[in-house]
Amino acid sequence: MQFAAPRSASEAAALLQAEPGDARVLAGGSDLLVQMKSGALRPDLLVDIKRIPGLDAITAEDGGFRLGAAVPGARLGEHAGVRALWPGVVEAVELIGSTQVQGRATVAGNLCNASPAADAVPALVAADAVARVFGPRGERDCPVSDIPVGPGRNSLAKGEFVASILLPARPKRAADAYLRFIPRTEMDIAVASAGVSLVLDEDGRCTRARIALGAVGPKVLLAEEAAHCLIGTKLEDAALAAMAEACSALASPIDDKRGTVAFRKQVVGVLAKRAAKIAQDRAGGTK
Amino acid sequence: MSRIHVRTTINGDAVEYLCEAGQSLLDVLRDDLGLTGTKEGCGTGDCGACSVLLDGRLVCSCLVLAAEADQRSVETVEGLADGDRLHPLQQKFLDHAALQCGICTPGFLVAARALLEKNPTPSETDVRYWLAGNLCRCTGYDKIVAAVMDAAAQMRKG
Amino acid sequence: MALDDRKRAFKVVGTRVPRPDGIDKVTGRALYGADMSAPGMLHGAILRSPHAHARIRAIDTSRAEALPGVKAVVTSADFCRAKHSFNQDALDHCMAREKALYDGHAVAAVAATSKSAARAALELIAVEYEVLPHVTEIEDALKPDAPVVQEDRRARNAPEGTHPNVTHVVSFGHGDLEAGFARADRVIERSFRTAATHQGYIEPHACLASVTPDGRGELWCCTQGHYYVRELCADFLGMDTSQLRVTASEIGGGFGGKTTVTIEPVALALSRKAGRPVKLVMSRDEVFRASGPTVSSWSDIKIGMTRDGRITAAQAMLRYQGGAFPCGTVELGAMSAFAAYDLEAVRADGINVMTNRPRQAAYRAPGAPMAIYAVESTVDELCQELGLDPLEVRLKNAARKGTKSAYGPTFDDIGLVATLEAAKAHPHYAAPLCPNQGRGLSCGFWFNFGGNTCVTLNLDADGTVGVTEGNPDIGGSRASISMMAAEELGIPYDKVRTIVADTASLGFNDVTDGSRVTFAVGLATIEAARDMIRKMCARVAKIWDIDEEAVIWEDGCARPAGPNAGDFEPMSIAEIAAIANKTGGPIAGHHEVNADGAGVSFGVHLVDVEVDPETGHTKILRYTVFQDAGKAVHPDYVEGQMQGGAVQGIGWALNEEYIYGEDGRLQNPGFLDYRIPVASDLPKIDTVILEIPNPGHPYGVRGVGETSIVPPLAALSNAVARAIGARLHELPMSPPRILQALKG
Repeated sequence: MQFAAPRSASEAAALLQAEPGDARVLAGGSDLLVQMKSGALRPDLLVDIKRIPGLDAITAEDGGFRLGAAVPGARLGEHAGVRALWPGVVEAVELIGSTQVQGRATVAGNLCNASPAADAVPALVAADAVARVFGPRGERDCPVSDIPVGPGRNSLAKGEFVASILLPARPKRAADAYLRFIPRTEMDIAVASAGVSLVLDEDGRCTRARIALGAVGPKVLLAEEAAHCLIGTKLEDAALAAMAEACSALASPIDDKRGTVAFRKQVVGVLAKRAAKIAQDRAGGTK
Repeated sequence: MSRIHVRTTINGDAVEYLCEAGQSLLDVLRDDLGLTGTKEGCGTGDCGACSVLLDGRLVCSCLVLAAEADQRSVETVEGLADGDRLHPLQQKFLDHAALQCGICTPGFLVAARALLEKNPTPSETDVRYWLAGNLCRCTGYDKIVAAVMDAAAQMRKG
Repeated sequence: MALDDRKRAFKVVGTRVPRPDGIDKVTGRALYGADMSAPGMLHGAILRSPHAHARIRAIDTSRAEALPGVKAVVTSADFCRAKHSFNQDALDHCMAREKALYDGHAVAAVAATSKSAARAALELIAVEYEVLPHVTEIEDALKPDAPVVQEDRRARNAPEGTHPNVTHVVSFGHGDLEAGFARADRVIERSFRTAATHQGYIEPHACLASVTPDGRGELWCCTQGHYYVRELCADFLGMDTSQLRVTASEIGGGFGGKTTVTIEPVALALSRKAGRPVKLVMSRDEVFRASGPTVSSWSDIKIGMTRDGRITAAQAMLRYQGGAFPCGTVELGAMSAFAAYDLEAVRADGINVMTNRPRQAAYRAPGAPMAIYAVESTVDELCQELGLDPLEVRLKNAARKGTKSAYGPTFDDIGLVATLEAAKAHPHYAAPLCPNQGRGLSCGFWFNFGGNTCVTLNLDADGTVGVTEGNPDIGGSRASISMMAAEELGIPYDKVRTIVADTASLGFNDVTDGSRVTFAVGLATIEAARDMIRKMCARVAKIWDIDEEAVIWEDGCARPAGPNAGDFEPMSIAEIAAIANKTGGPIAGHHEVNADGAGVSFGVHLVDVEVDPETGHTKILRYTVFQDAGKAVHPDYVEGQMQGGAVQGIGWALNEEYIYGEDGRLQNPGFLDYRIPVASDLPKIDTVILEIPNPGHPYGVRGVGETSIVPPLAALSNAVARAIGARLHELPMSPPRILQALKG
């Protein structure tokens, strides 16, 4: 196994491209090192991207924020601007692992690992975030929802890596929220999760909604029908109930050591409902 | 296999070592540098016994490659006391009987130190959530939380 | 040894002094199992079976041996046959012989010059397995066509036709059950299940072994009982016990799980073969797959009660599985199930069943939590049905002095009634509850244990005292032993230092288990101090030229017994020590005993929970532990035992479980999915220490370490039942199960 810490994105892409064996990007390492320890992964090359200038920065861009791929989760929570603009994304990221893991794990890593239960991903999808992918042929932008394709599999080509993620600007009276269910209060992998992003009009009516569900399918699910249930409503009980039911109907989870199909289907609706209320409250819709 | 030459700072001292690409910082601290105060409870970031500060940021040293520590600074439990003067957290852990077997204690101390540097006035709930990644099987956490709260109060007094 | 007659005003015992190992443990200096190294040391690694049940046809180690850096490879062929079948089981658990009996069972081991070389070598060992059908659940293991885990292990006292997987059949009780049930106004029968849980100590098993060609060995390891480790390892390696010296490292938690051997014989065998020291450390995955856990259980309980809450008869059928070997834990379950009750008619039967799981290791009050969970849940359900206060019902039926216990002996002074009264009087019991909240309570019990104990006290020339004892200190016992020595000698605590001796330096000591150390080592320490006092008084009598009986010991000084004894200035311990070389040489006190009279311990736990009706999540709002400590030597550490046990029980009740797949492999061998409680899951754990002196200890001490894990299981289950209006009969009460129960 080789270790490289390139000083530029093109150098990183070239290393990843040139390695004939298994080359892995090392950002926070909180997933990669665990898989290496268990023997599930035996990379031939590790490319540490944390020394690439700019990748460790959070920068304002067009009213939104660009998160460098090497920014650990803890930095997001410390950034007042991101917290204010996308509180749901921040709370999702802050749920990944322990304080210690927060010091390492990155949003981009959480996305690229493509775990169906990744906490950041439903919030990013609800936020309509865009990943900037760097590769041997340069840069391309890609909706975050297109990065994961199935459990542990992503759509990146050989030599490519996510260099940053753009959290877009948003109108007034808009907010997001993320909730997950775990058996304990911390440290668990989500059994079901929901990210909700809402835009309200001046009367507090929902004009736009994006709802994304985690841990209830092979990858994050965009619940468009459920979101539609909220449009034009003030999130009255009936609208929320219909939305929750649509979420439960869309969910296609599995039975495993963390939860049952029945449990996940029910709870994902509950979470979406509760997250929607929080987002509504944050957007000023309950005042 | 060629080994990687790393220059780093550990508890304020310049340190150099050679490591394998896949070797964790925890392994190098314990096996090569003799700093066995940092403990391995799981090796997968789930127990916090190997907590250290990396450039001031709380991390699990089992989830850091030794090679990544090049040109960075590492602080371990061995660096907590100032010579023969215990850190207030260390003293309060003793005063409150916040340890039984003591294997998790170094990780708790390093993690609690990071908390109090970031938030000198944590609530009990803050302490419990911040330390949720540090497992203790002996104490039920009660006396640990009390010790951290008391240390915070004392450190605020200066 | 009986409780001292005179009422004693304790000076040291009962205070909260600093522990002697404290600074080492907060500075990272304390040396645990994996912290020791030796010159020329090799690193060991163990190859483990991926199959739940498989015959080992052949093992080819030649490619591994040829790998550069590899210095030794061992298999079961490198060990002797053990002296008897219980020891052979312990050895077979460390290294599979004819069959791999569970997922994770060791089949070979290597020692190499680096960890990575050792790991690489494991992949070069070729094991030819014949995969056999496996069974991991109790119900399945009892089916007529179930795979037989090990042949010829059926209980000798089992009735004809009993399944060959049944290794133990036990029965306790007295009285006429039929008449008792006939007198009841209400009789209910319920079945309960509890999952296997792991002790979950944070320190994985670790050791450093060194064996030389002359047959001598040194072993450094984290263990609860280094004398027992010596006995087993010497047996397995064909060594004389005197030639193997075992030193107990600091131990990072055990809870019963480190009362036997797991990797120590393997490290010794590797060292012997390689001719170099070998360090062997388990990974967390290995700890879960191949050490511990406790038993899982399937129990039937039948209890009859009158309208006013008197239990008329009680019956239990307990079925435990303790893994792939015979396991006697069910006997302790059957003995403890009804211990809290004064019953005219009671019977508890139990069987143990073998399955393809790792060999059970003791876990804090082994056998009791699952039995008492089933009983206390059934009593609670009867209270609900009959509209009775659950605490009053416990009081009405409580065992007390003179009660013939369900397991045979008649109780002496015990603290159950006092503990229940304390709970009843506590504000927690009367505090209001909101919707979706419930309060549960449960009694708990543990026998406690005394056992073989040996202690030496040495008087140093400056008048300070060294205590040498032989039980690894898990939770502050060096402090409490020093305190009892200081108390008895009448000197300050900081003039005493207690160390844990290696096996060559002190006579045999039983394992640190059964909550025995503060009781039995304390008792032996007090007796050794009295022995030293007698010797000191004799020296002073010689100096004063009076009879030995005319010298008494008081406040750390020898004094004349009274005016008739003569007029002498008291001599302090320091003065006596300073001239010991002129009065007969060094002064030491010693005591050796196989202690009995441990004195049983009862506890009562109260818990309030809130259950989220939409997700089944349980939040613990308030928790109070009431427990009889006899005499709390170091109250901080008594509270610590009460809190720690309670939280382990909370984990057992809510989230912890061994999950096996269809393939018989453990699915959650890590702290990510084996979910022990974290700090944010818990409220403050309040404690109330009761002190009902144990008649069997000079200061009245009872063991306190184990009782506290017993009540949380039923207390939580009873609280959840009252919060949601439906009762689960299975642990853990995971959110999917609670949600299912809510749906009905």
